[in-house]
Amino acid sequence: MDILNELVAWFADPAQWTGSAGIPARMAEHVYFCLLGLLISAVIAVPLGLLTGHTGVGGFLTASLANFARALPTIGVLFLIVLAAGIGLVPVVCALVALAVPPILVNTHEGVRGVEPRLRDAAFGMGMRGREVLFKLELPVAAPLILIGMRTAAVQVVATATIAAYVGVGGLGRYIVDGQARQDLTMMLGGSVLVVLLAVLTTLLFAGLRLLLVAPGLRAEAASAR
Amino acid sequence: MGGAWEWAVGVLDWGVANWSYPGEPDRGILPRLTEHMRLAYLSILIGLAVAVPLGLACVRWKALYPPVLTGVNVLYAVPSIALFFLMLPYTGFSDWTAVVPLALYTLVILLPNVVDGLRQVPEHVRQAAVAMGFSPLRRLVFVEMPVAVPVVIAGLRVASVATISMVSVASLVGLGGLGQLILSEGFRRQFDAPIVVGVLLTVLLAFVTDALLVLAQRGLTPWARRDDRRSGRGRRAVARASAGAAARAGSGTPAGERTTPGERQPWTS
Repeated sequence: MDILNELVAWFADPAQWTGSAGIPARMAEHVYFCLLGLLISAVIAVPLGLLTGHTGVGGFLTASLANFARALPTIGVLFLIVLAAGIGLVPVVCALVALAVPPILVNTHEGVRGVEPRLRDAAFGMGMRGREVLFKLELPVAAPLILIGMRTAAVQVVATATIAAYVGVGGLGRYIVDGQARQDLTMMLGGSVLVVLLAVLTTLLFAGLRLLLVAPGLRAEAASAR
Repeated sequence: MGGAWEWAVGVLDWGVANWSYPGEPDRGILPRLTEHMRLAYLSILIGLAVAVPLGLACVRWKALYPPVLTGVNVLYAVPSIALFFLMLPYTGFSDWTAVVPLALYTLVILLPNVVDGLRQVPEHVRQAAVAMGFSPLRRLVFVEMPVAVPVVIAGLRVASVATISMVSVASLVGLGGLGQLILSEGFRRQFDAPIVVGVLLTVLLAFVTDALLVLAQRGLTPWARRDDRRSGRGRRAVARASAGAAARAGSGTPAGERTTPGERQPWTS
């Protein structure tokens, strides 16, 4: 319980909450990397997944990519990109994008592929063109899965951005790196708690997005399927 | 082209030269690889040892399942890096710092698969066992569990690949097998060969483990092969069932997610 008290004291210290090394500043840096990485990944992966899902081309490729990406150790990828591209914001964001693209891509592809053929037939039967079917039927029906993919990617990015501190860019990982360097366990734990908090907030954010973006009919169907 | 070839040969040379040091059991690549396997396999086995009884309980007492599943999913949202550090005060620099979080993470995949596997045992199979005079325990061990094996192994495959890649992250707390190679030999010395070797060996270990699990499934479910030879339909049905279960496991939301077969398991960090 000693550790808990120290942790509470660490959070209660007003010095933690101001300045460029304060919690708000570090949190802002962390959120900035993550948002940047996620946005770039979504811009790459969602259109690509929609395309491969809609046309059915490249299904095998995305599945193989998924398996391969799942087996890749994240820190290895990050360190390799940093070694190749040097220290700075760009390599860190590149590494985050490399980690976030596969889950979003695969879930988008599978989401569009998983749309019931009957629904697709009905849409074509109503006279919709391929593009209309994609945007008016397949995209909305796949939305829950795409959101799950993004949530997976987001939580992973939030966690991995911690390692950004090892390569000299800020973020919440600084507490862990500095804490290790100074043998300050409280500081390391404080940083970890903040990362956990951010990850849980991210999950909640996506639960909210799900309520906002997924059509009510689909949610009702999911609820009745239990 | 020539440059890339020389680079690859250089990486290979480094790997061969540093594979192991006779007389220094803790240096080289081999000890890191065995440490990686120890941490990963121990976590998976503990995860399975927890998931099976927990899954049985969830099938027996249905009301237990939603809260347990939600709890496991919340744990899964905690990044591994943070959880390793949070374990430090309690377990220090022992293997448990890596094994306990990793075993907990496997539950999010294994538990739903154990439950789904047991639930999809066809009712007529269960009734036949009852009619043949099987006691509930014998029915469970000799009928229901074998029928659930394909679905459980489908979960094990995903869980093992994810766990093997996650062990590397534990290098930040001084464990981590091949992750050690990546972090201390590679990154701290600004040297790319150990990182490449570490990444490749991790991926290789994951694929070999996956292949072993496929073999184990074939060995454990000989009837699937017989069916396959006879009609070619049985295997596909099993594959469909396990793919569906695996997909459900991955959705990461408490029951009620729309299920489509296919590859959509969660990644962890």
